[in-house]
Amino acid sequence: MDWDKIVQLLVNGVTLGSVYALVALGFSMVYGILKLLNLAHGDVLMVGAFIGWGILGWLGGAQDPSVAVWLLLVLMVLAAMAGCGVLGVAIERFAYRPLRRAPRIAPLISALGVSFFIQNTVLLLYGANFRSYDTFDLVDVEVGIHRGPLNIWVIRLVVIAAALVMMVALWLLVTRTKLGKAMRATAFDREAAAMMGIDVDRVIVKTFFIGSALAGAAGVLVGLVFGQINHFMGFNYGLKGFTAAVVGGIGSIPGAMFGGLFIGIADAFSVGYIEDFTRGRLGSAFSDLVVFAILVLFMLLRPQGIFGKPEVKKV
Amino acid sequence: MPEPPKQPRIGVDEWVASAAERRARTVAGRVADVVEQTPAAVKLVAFALPFAVFPLLVESDYLMQVGIDTLIFVLLALGLNVAVGWVGLLDLGFVAFFGLGAYLYAALASEYAGRDWEAQFAIPAIAVAVAVTGFLVGLPSRRLVGDYLAIVTLFFLQMWLVVVINASFTRGPNGISEILPLEFFGRSVTSLDGYFYVALIAFVAIFGVLYLINQSRTGRAWRALREDELAAELMTMPVNRLKLMAFAVGAGVAGVTGAIFAPVQGAVFPANFDLVLLITVYAMVVLGGAGSLVGVTVGAVLINASLEALRDPSDASWLFYGVMIVTLVVMLRPRWLSPVVLGGTVVFGLAAHELAERWRPSLLGGTSFGEARIDELVDSWVLLPENLVTPDGLPTGAMGRLAYIGLIAAILGLTLVRSRLWRMIGLVPVLYLAAFVWENLLLAQPAVARFVLIGAMLVALMAARPQGLFGKQRVEIA
Repeated sequence: MDWDKIVQLLVNGVTLGSVYALVALGFSMVYGILKLLNLAHGDVLMVGAFIGWGILGWLGGAQDPSVAVWLLLVLMVLAAMAGCGVLGVAIERFAYRPLRRAPRIAPLISALGVSFFIQNTVLLLYGANFRSYDTFDLVDVEVGIHRGPLNIWVIRLVVIAAALVMMVALWLLVTRTKLGKAMRATAFDREAAAMMGIDVDRVIVKTFFIGSALAGAAGVLVGLVFGQINHFMGFNYGLKGFTAAVVGGIGSIPGAMFGGLFIGIADAFSVGYIEDFTRGRLGSAFSDLVVFAILVLFMLLRPQGIFGKPEVKKV
Repeated sequence: MPEPPKQPRIGVDEWVASAAERRARTVAGRVADVVEQTPAAVKLVAFALPFAVFPLLVESDYLMQVGIDTLIFVLLALGLNVAVGWVGLLDLGFVAFFGLGAYLYAALASEYAGRDWEAQFAIPAIAVAVAVTGFLVGLPSRRLVGDYLAIVTLFFLQMWLVVVINASFTRGPNGISEILPLEFFGRSVTSLDGYFYVALIAFVAIFGVLYLINQSRTGRAWRALREDELAAELMTMPVNRLKLMAFAVGAGVAGVTGAIFAPVQGAVFPANFDLVLLITVYAMVVLGGAGSLVGVTVGAVLINASLEALRDPSDASWLFYGVMIVTLVVMLRPRWLSPVVLGGTVVFGLAAHELAERWRPSLLGGTSFGEARIDELVDSWVLLPENLVTPDGLPTGAMGRLAYIGLIAAILGLTLVRSRLWRMIGLVPVLYLAAFVWENLLLAQPAVARFVLIGAMLVALMAARPQGLFGKQRVEIA
């Protein structure tokens, strides 16, 4: 066994997994409340990555930042969260709310349109070239933990920690606050919640804001760790986030976190080992096959996901 | 529900009872009624005839190619309509089935594969193979609510692209290029006209078959389960089997279309079957009216024609201003309002132009991207700042991006304004801003602009008229 490689892949997997978990959370929250697959969620992440990149450039760029590095990172994440939160609310208000009572497929098609519109808008305004965060200039790659087989760049630690903090905060919000209670009630039964005096529309708006803000933060984290962003990046993260949410149990918050980690680690290990296992017949580009296989297996064997409860059809 | 009741009182009996009357009051509704009452055979002939004489009238190869593309898009829209329009399933892997059909044809009839199947064997074999694949892809989600199908099929599309781009036997992004022409009983189709008629015959056949399926027991069951899955199940309809069937039929149509597309192009590339194509076909189905065969056919023709027109900046300008004016005239009531708003916009533009000339001449220094006569008119009306975009059409600074984002925000904001007076007053600068963004940003990159417009159209259409041009308005009883 090559322990160095395994540890390295595990670190990669956890980093990737914490990003997927953030995406899966926003996706899962919206699904829980509206029973709507927000297909534009990945594109919100992409916009977040571009906002972070814009803030980075505005504050002097990675080579010569005009503020302290930690402050720069915090500002990037916060700006992306705010921007994406507003974007999410706008999407809900203009693309989904008019279709609240339409047939189920109508908001899904609308979501496709939103996704396509956002992608091409960014393409129109910023072009198809990859943009780089140049994080290596910002924080030297040697800074971090180096012990035996364990090599973790400090930015990875920051990403994992940031994701963890946000997940804990969300968990507290949902379980301990009044808004969280209202969200759970709305997810359980929208009409009954409305009759209990909960302003359902406001709960939905806040859910969209929080979910999209998480996606925005995830976008900046992706940019920091992997460096490169472009207008189409949202597709991959959206897809993996959806998969994570399904595997964890759609609508469940611990499910989304666990599913994200699981898919992230599976993704990293299949990138690392698919070539060895297929004796070079399949390159690392085929690693998505493994994730797809996991998705299909879950749908066949445990469709409600790890933490989900079996769906009961309500009339 | 806390939502205040919107204009139509949905769910109230008299409203439901008067649905037909209300339909008869609008032009689109009356057209839809006439369409509905025409026998299917007449509709089919009405479509096929203009297409049949098209090659006799058209000389240019370019237009013939556009004609063939249009027919291929029509076939795709008909196939997608089965799952999306009749059964209400979100099939996001549809273009992968189209691609599969094309690559299978490449595998059965190309120099690269070393086989030369005749089309009368290849096309049915491909139809069956792709339909079976569609069935298998739908299988994992059979126990779940419809939405999961969207994720599985989207992932399937991604898988398809991964395999086609990276596998050695598909030759990656280079594609397979030595595809043999279609050959029926020893006779090859070599001319564009020939391919056009092959596509037309496929259209007539598939339209007819789909029409008959829709009239059959299965078709009725599909529509029943779209309206209410649970009720359909309680009526002993095998819901899962019906869904998979619809899925497989749609995939089969896509496969046949792919088998026609591959020899038309003479080559297949992974880039032919991506997300852009998927959304375009969705736009066709939704614009025409999901669930209506006539609707999706018209939708496909309209969208493909517009996309072609948008390629060329001059044609694009005509289309843009034309659609804008027609929309205003149709939407604004009372009728005297539209000339007032349009006049106001013209005056607003002239005033802005005058002011710019006096204070900021640099705002007028740029040139328009279009070359038609309309653009000369527009030059003396719209502000064309210097160096707003690079020669590639990317905005150079914040101004272009702000104008674009401001336009979106302004349009969205305008829909929230309750007072009619203020909405009309607000409409004038928004229209002018739209013209500004169009001339300066969108015309600079027509290839991207057309997809921006398609995305916006999908969202706007779903909010304003989800039944499309020819679809039947759904009366939901809550």
